[in-house]
Amino acid sequence: MADIDENLAQREAIEVDRSKGDFKYEENYAFDAGIGLTPSTIDYIAKVKGEEEWIREFRQKSLKIFQEMPMPTHWATADLENIKFEDIRYYLSKGQKPVRTWEEVPDDVKQTFERLGIPESERKFLAGVEAQFDSEAVYSRMKEELEKQGVIFCGPTEGLRDHPEIFRKWFGKVIPIGDNKFAALNSAVFSGGSFIYIPKGVKVAQPLQAYFRINAENFGQFERTLIIADEGSEVTYMEGCTAPKFETATLHSAVVELVALKGAKIQYITVQNWSANVFNLVTKRGVAEEDAEVRWIDCNIGSRLTMKYPGVVLRGKRARGEVLSIALANDGQHQDTGAKMIHAADDTTSNIIAKSISVGEGRSTYRGLVHIPKTLSNCRNNTECDALLINEHSRTDTYPAISVRGRKNSVQHEASVSKVSAEQIFYMMQRGLSEGEAMSLAVNGFVNDLVKEFPMEYSVELKRLIELQMEGSVG
Amino acid sequence: MSDSLVIKNLNASIGDRPILKDFSLTVPKGEVHAIMGPNGTGKSTLSKVLAGHPDYSVQSGEAFLDGEQILGLEPDVVARAGLFLAFQYPSEIPGVTIANFIRAALVARQAKGAPFDAKAYYAELYAKMDALKMDRKFTSRFVNEGFSGGEKKRCEILQLMMLKPKYAVLDETDSGLDIDALRIVSEGVNAMRGPDTGFLVITHYQRLLEYIVPDRVHIMWDGRIVHSGGKELALELEEKGYDWVKQDLAKA
Repeated sequence: MADIDENLAQREAIEVDRSKGDFKYEENYAFDAGIGLTPSTIDYIAKVKGEEEWIREFRQKSLKIFQEMPMPTHWATADLENIKFEDIRYYLSKGQKPVRTWEEVPDDVKQTFERLGIPESERKFLAGVEAQFDSEAVYSRMKEELEKQGVIFCGPTEGLRDHPEIFRKWFGKVIPIGDNKFAALNSAVFSGGSFIYIPKGVKVAQPLQAYFRINAENFGQFERTLIIADEGSEVTYMEGCTAPKFETATLHSAVVELVALKGAKIQYITVQNWSANVFNLVTKRGVAEEDAEVRWIDCNIGSRLTMKYPGVVLRGKRARGEVLSIALANDGQHQDTGAKMIHAADDTTSNIIAKSISVGEGRSTYRGLVHIPKTLSNCRNNTECDALLINEHSRTDTYPAISVRGRKNSVQHEASVSKVSAEQIFYMMQRGLSEGEAMSLAVNGFVNDLVKEFPMEYSVELKRLIELQMEGSVG
Repeated sequence: MSDSLVIKNLNASIGDRPILKDFSLTVPKGEVHAIMGPNGTGKSTLSKVLAGHPDYSVQSGEAFLDGEQILGLEPDVVARAGLFLAFQYPSEIPGVTIANFIRAALVARQAKGAPFDAKAYYAELYAKMDALKMDRKFTSRFVNEGFSGGEKKRCEILQLMMLKPKYAVLDETDSGLDIDALRIVSEGVNAMRGPDTGFLVITHYQRLLEYIVPDRVHIMWDGRIVHSGGKELALELEEKGYDWVKQDLAKA
């Protein structure tokens, strides 16, 4: 244990803390879909991207569904009503094609990612990196040996154009257009994101990383990700996100579909650190076939409102699904997160561990859905949700919906709410820690057992982000 | 003055209940002073007030640590100035290992950004744990969580030995200890005795003072010191009982 902690401390983390993300460069875009969303916005995006007709139709159909669907405010927060869809810009790009060396990236964009430490991390521990600036990727590169093995790592435009035989089959299938209003919105205006294919039996040892950056104000980022891990393959994908602090609200609404074919393993890691005026409304779901495993590690530190419930459809026998979730809600933030596990085959297992921390006026909500129909046997789910409250005004709610039928299935659910007490803080301060250090130590202790599951670089980064948040929360 | 813990005419209360009443005491560096007294006389309050606990308010008086005024400072500032409090009831900190906790406390004493010598740290930590007969596996246990009374006290002394304060206040460290643990804990404290450290040992019973032999013994009653003497005073008190304090000394 001690030795592990040593390693943690000695490694340098990639820096994506909020203060580092709070800067922006001048806006000069060659392609701008303008403000507001109409069928001609869709045509503009499809044209700029040079997309085939079926994609344009898919987008137009999605727009209709989006416009017909009501806001889900009947169960979710009324803050959603503050999103002004008519004031948002849906597509912005400098007309760049993703390049393969950082030297070719335009200076201001390159500086952005250098300040965020991305090229450095790539050198240190990544197998491939994609960096998205507003609507489009500016940089995309993967190690050559992976390319030789047939790994594909590109954006949706390139993926659907160059490899339709691989991607079209699954595109929009894990998360159909009408899944929810924001999935429909994304399906209408998606741009950027990662399309990844890992061939049979290929095990990608190092993570692939995407980095999403919003630079423009009144803008919506709608990246679309589809990862297909073919039989027996393995991949870890990580995403990070930041934006400057704008005066007005910004929208981020992604759709992420994962397909783990027989015996494949996908691990998807998110460290979400949007600035506190970003609405982060994301749909994430994976399908796990026989003996496959889909694992979501989802950390939400930033944003104004996050609504995100990564799910796994356990479609093949012995498939495994897991969601490890950490949410930190500070003043003015609402983290509405959770997990969905849909068991659809015998002998499937799922595990959900969710930890939330509410600070000051921050609010965190856990929503879970576990479904095991009675026709199945030998399915198991374990759900644990723990909430930590830092002071009087913070709030936490838990809504676990568990529907398990059939005598041969089992479920286990535990929930706890704890508080950092004044005596604990005094005890730590008596040892010389400042109030902020004491709080962040208590919070890091609370998430410790989950963080140990993360890849090294990300656990270090997460600890730093928590420290920064806690330092800032102490008067 | 510049080489002592000096408390002068300290008046402190919790809520509107006065507890310390014109309390005065000087502990020169290098000496071990014991405070004895019946329950509810203000012994633990004294330790909390010195450490800056927010629940207590100070009405008047002064406290100097090597000449530096410590009353009214934040608890962490007092701690880094060199005052250590071994708690009677140490808090649990779930998820934080002892190794990481002590390390964080040491890092908090370093200049910001200064490198931390982890190798030397663990060497020292293990040596001190050996001295306290603590299993090395203890470093990966969470601070005080699920500890027995004796383990908690040993953990307090381990922190004391690692943080090396100028002055240590031990608040009822003997409570909840069996005789073996008491001896081990006392050996730890005795190993730290020397010209650089002053001790204020708060205890209800004389028993602890057989192992940590004090230079001075003070008897506390109703918020102040009513009698002071050498180590033999503890024995006298044990023999005559606290009724003696109530009847004879309280009048003084």
